[in-house]
Order: sequence, then structure tokens, then C-alpha cells
Amino acid sequence: MSAAGVSPGLRRFVFWSGVAALCAWVLVPIYLIALGAFGGRAGVFRWPKNLLPWDASFAALETFLAVEGVWAAALNGALVACLTMLFSLLLGAPAGYALARYTFAGQSAFRMLVVLTRAFPLAILALPLTVTFIRTGLYDTAIGVALVHTALALPFAALVSSSLFMGIPRELEEAAWVFGCTGFQAFRKIVLPLALPGLAAAAIFAFVISWNEVFAASVLTVRNKTLTAYLLTVLAESPLHFRFAGGFLLILPSVLFIFAVRKYLFAMWGIANR
Amino acid sequence: MTRSRLLPYLLIGPATVFLLLLFVMPLVQTIALAFTDNGATSLTNFRKMMGDLNFGLSLRNTFLLVLAVIPLQLCLALMMALMVQKLEKGRDLVLWILIIPLGISDLAAGLVWLSILQDRGYFNTVLNMLGLIDGPVNWLSYEAPVSLFVGVVLAEVWRATAIVLIILIAGLQLIPREYAEAAEIFGATAWTRFRKITLPLLKPSIQSALILRTVLAFEVFAVVYALAGRNFPVLVGEAYAWQHVNQNNGVAAAYAILVMLISLAATVIYIKALRTKPEMQP
Repeated sequence: MSAAGVSPGLRRFVFWSGVAALCAWVLVPIYLIALGAFGGRAGVFRWPKNLLPWDASFAALETFLAVEGVWAAALNGALVACLTMLFSLLLGAPAGYALARYTFAGQSAFRMLVVLTRAFPLAILALPLTVTFIRTGLYDTAIGVALVHTALALPFAALVSSSLFMGIPRELEEAAWVFGCTGFQAFRKIVLPLALPGLAAAAIFAFVISWNEVFAASVLTVRNKTLTAYLLTVLAESPLHFRFAGGFLLILPSVLFIFAVRKYLFAMWGIANR
Repeated sequence: MTRSRLLPYLLIGPATVFLLLLFVMPLVQTIALAFTDNGATSLTNFRKMMGDLNFGLSLRNTFLLVLAVIPLQLCLALMMALMVQKLEKGRDLVLWILIIPLGISDLAAGLVWLSILQDRGYFNTVLNMLGLIDGPVNWLSYEAPVSLFVGVVLAEVWRATAIVLIILIAGLQLIPREYAEAAEIFGATAWTRFRKITLPLLKPSIQSALILRTVLAFEVFAVVYALAGRNFPVLVGEAYAWQHVNQNNGVAAAYAILVMLISLAATVIYIKALRTKPEMQP
């Protein structure tokens, strides 16, 4: 690539058009499904379509939310996602702390177990769990689905929190011991506040993983579906404007959450992949 | 002393028990389920699976999708990552926009592209405005397998490139700037620097991005279902159908085993093909 003959102005123009094109590639489809979601029944059948939001109204989205089962599914999905967040953090953070602070026999075996989960299609392994869950009363409950989703989010939470704790100097904790704190006090007062933002980011990511997962959630439920699973089940029978409203509603919370954790994503993934 | 020796085990204990119960046990159960029929060990489920009309089709479709999607995603993500690295102004905003799809589920992505590609959708509207078509054209029907395939590829590339991008950017940040600067002094062009420095040093990140994405790509299901219903069978979609429609979890488990074996094989291939010697790392 020789720059001879190409003026810097032209190069900058080409570069920025590239950036704009890539941003448009991501944003335009989201804008279009929003148009579909707010356009309602009339908007879906209009031909040719209006590319500007002249027919958009909240009425279309309200109609969607008034459909029986939609609100319940949305709430249930949020509940499952919150439980997943809680479980994966409660199980993952202590494991991460142990990996960061101690050397013990079996450490590499545990790490192996965690990393190994990544090579398996975990959600599909929910198939035989239907039988186990029916027997234990977990079938068709929010907790049951959250448990399977935790299996997806836990390895991530453990690896991320391990690196978070590794980044907090051990000396800080030791200083607290010297001043008479117990091990747990030192952890709660010194380490936890420092690790909290990163842990929150990992938790939010667990929420997104659960909110979006569809296979396990549909297989393990009948009545108490998450929004994603509910939409999948009614998809074939539902009219197009209903599908678009559903799709838009699925996208909304995840996009907001990704915005909230954007600063941490790169650090988290950089670490979780080493 | 014994207390502090026990502590790490107390800390990893719950997570280990959990993973044994919800990862290892279902894995063993899936294998057992796939290989039993009426209480006896047999290959009946696999025979049923392979005898099914959709089996060959779903196997072919899944592989075609993975082969089309993964290289496209890698190239697109590399382009995005290098572009973002060059940005001085607005870097954070552009990055946020590019990673938005990370939060979007496969079902939602399928619905997004359905709104664009359906016969009265926005794509046809634009074609109509340009005078290329006279009326609605159905791109997603059974009779148009090529455009249906392209639609699914578009949706997958749109949705899942963000994760590759994140892993690559995290990897790029680990490469010391001095390498490229030194090469520039010795007169290496941008292309040579990319090929001889960036790409080799990025290999571990590329490897983990490929493993992660490929395993997920073989699980592709909801995108396809949203765009094509059952007109475009894929492996996991068949597993879902056998479980839900045919109520036969034995055959569904056989599909799960097949998907698992393919994912593991892909992982092993990547690890072998993209092995990096430790001394080549910065």
C-alpha cells in the first residue's frame, strides 16, 4: 500500500466512510425492526414501506404487551435472568478468589473443568434434564431454567472474578490483617469494594446470557416461559407485526446492559481467554 | 494452618458440585439417553436419526452455514478491530456501536432480518425505489434456497461478529507498539506489518475466538427458525423438533451427541492448526 499520489484528505475520507459504513451495518437493522415494532399491523402490510418513522405509534407496542402471556413471559424472563446473575456470582466469585489467591492440589483440574465447558454445546445438554427436573419438581420453574443458564454463565464469572482478584494487591489484604481484621473482614472491607464494579459487569453479562438463551428455556418449560422461549413457541402462529414487536422488546434490555458494561467488556474478554 | 489449607476447597466446592451436577451429569445422561432404546443399549436412535429425511439436509446446511459465516466474521472483525485501533476521535462511541449486537439474541437477530427481508420488507422497498423490482419478491421461501441461505448468513454475521471483535481487540492491546514501530523504521509497508507482526502475534486470540464462535455456530437454530421456519433444517433445530414435536428425546439426544462430537472435533483442529510456540509470544 504505497501512499504516493493519494492525498491525506482523500485517505481520511475513505477511512471515515468505512467507519460510517460499519456503524450503519449495525445500527440500520435495529432502526428497521423498531419501525416494524412501532408500525403495527397497518405498517407491516404497507407496500412499498416508508423508511421514515411516519406511521410509528406506541399503540402497536401496547397492543403487543396486552396479548395474553407476553407480560408474564417478560417478567418471568427477567426473574430467570436475575436468578442466573445471583447464582453465577455466588458460585463463581468464591471460586475465582480461590484461583487467584491460593495454590492448592487440584487447582489445574478445576480450571480445566471450567474451561472445558466452553467446548461443549451446553444448552443442548439440557435435553436429559427434563426428566431429572420433572422428578425433582424443578420442571417449568424459573429456578430450574436459571440453574441451566448458570451453567452457561458460571465459567465466565469464575474466570473473570479470578482475574479481578488477581489485580488487587495481596498486600492490601495483609495490611488489614495486621490491623486486626479477620480474613473475612479484610475481604469484605478491602477487596470487595475494589472488585465490585468488575463483578457487577460480570453479573450483568450473566443476565444477558440468560435473557437471550432460547433452547434450554423452551425445552424445560411449558407455562412459565421466558420471553425468548415464549416468542419461539408462538412464532409460527403469530402475525408479522407481533414478531417484530417481540424482537424489538428482546433487543431493548440487552442493548442497555451492554451500554452499562461497555468499559469492562474488553478487559473481561481479554482475561477470560487466556 | 489446616484452616487455610481447607479454605480454597471450601471456596471452589460449590462451583465444582454445581458443574458436576449441571454439566458433567447431563453430559453422561445425554450419552446414555442416545444409546438406549426401551431400556437396552442400542444404536436405534442413531439409526432413526440417520434415516430421517431431514438428516442429510440439516447436516449439510449446518456445515455450509459454519463454513460461510466463520471466515466472513473473522475478516469483518479484523477489519473493524484495525479500524478502531486507528481511530483517535470518537473511539468509545464507535466501539460501543460495533459491540451492540453482543447483547442481541439469535432469535431477535432472526426477527430483525425477517423485518428487512420479508416480501413486503425494507430490502424490497429499497430495490423498488431503485427500480430493480416491480413488486414484492419472496426471498425467504422454500423455492429460493440460495437467497434464504444468504439471509441466514447475513443475520448470523450481523449478530455474532461482536464477540470476535471483542476478543481480537483484547488481543491487539497485548501487542507492544514498539514492534510495529521498529518494522516501520525498517521500511515495512502497512500490509507487511499486518502480515508479519500483527497477525502472528494475534494468533492466540484468533484461536480462542474461532473455537468459541465455531462451537456456537454449530448450535445455530433460532436465527434460522425465525427466518425460515423449518424450510431450512439445521442440526439443533432437528433436535428441538424431535424433542418437541415428535416427543422422542432419544433421537434428540442422538442429535445432541452429533453436535457435541462435531464441536469437539472443531476445537481439536483449531488447537492443532493454530498452535503457537511459547517463545513466539511477546
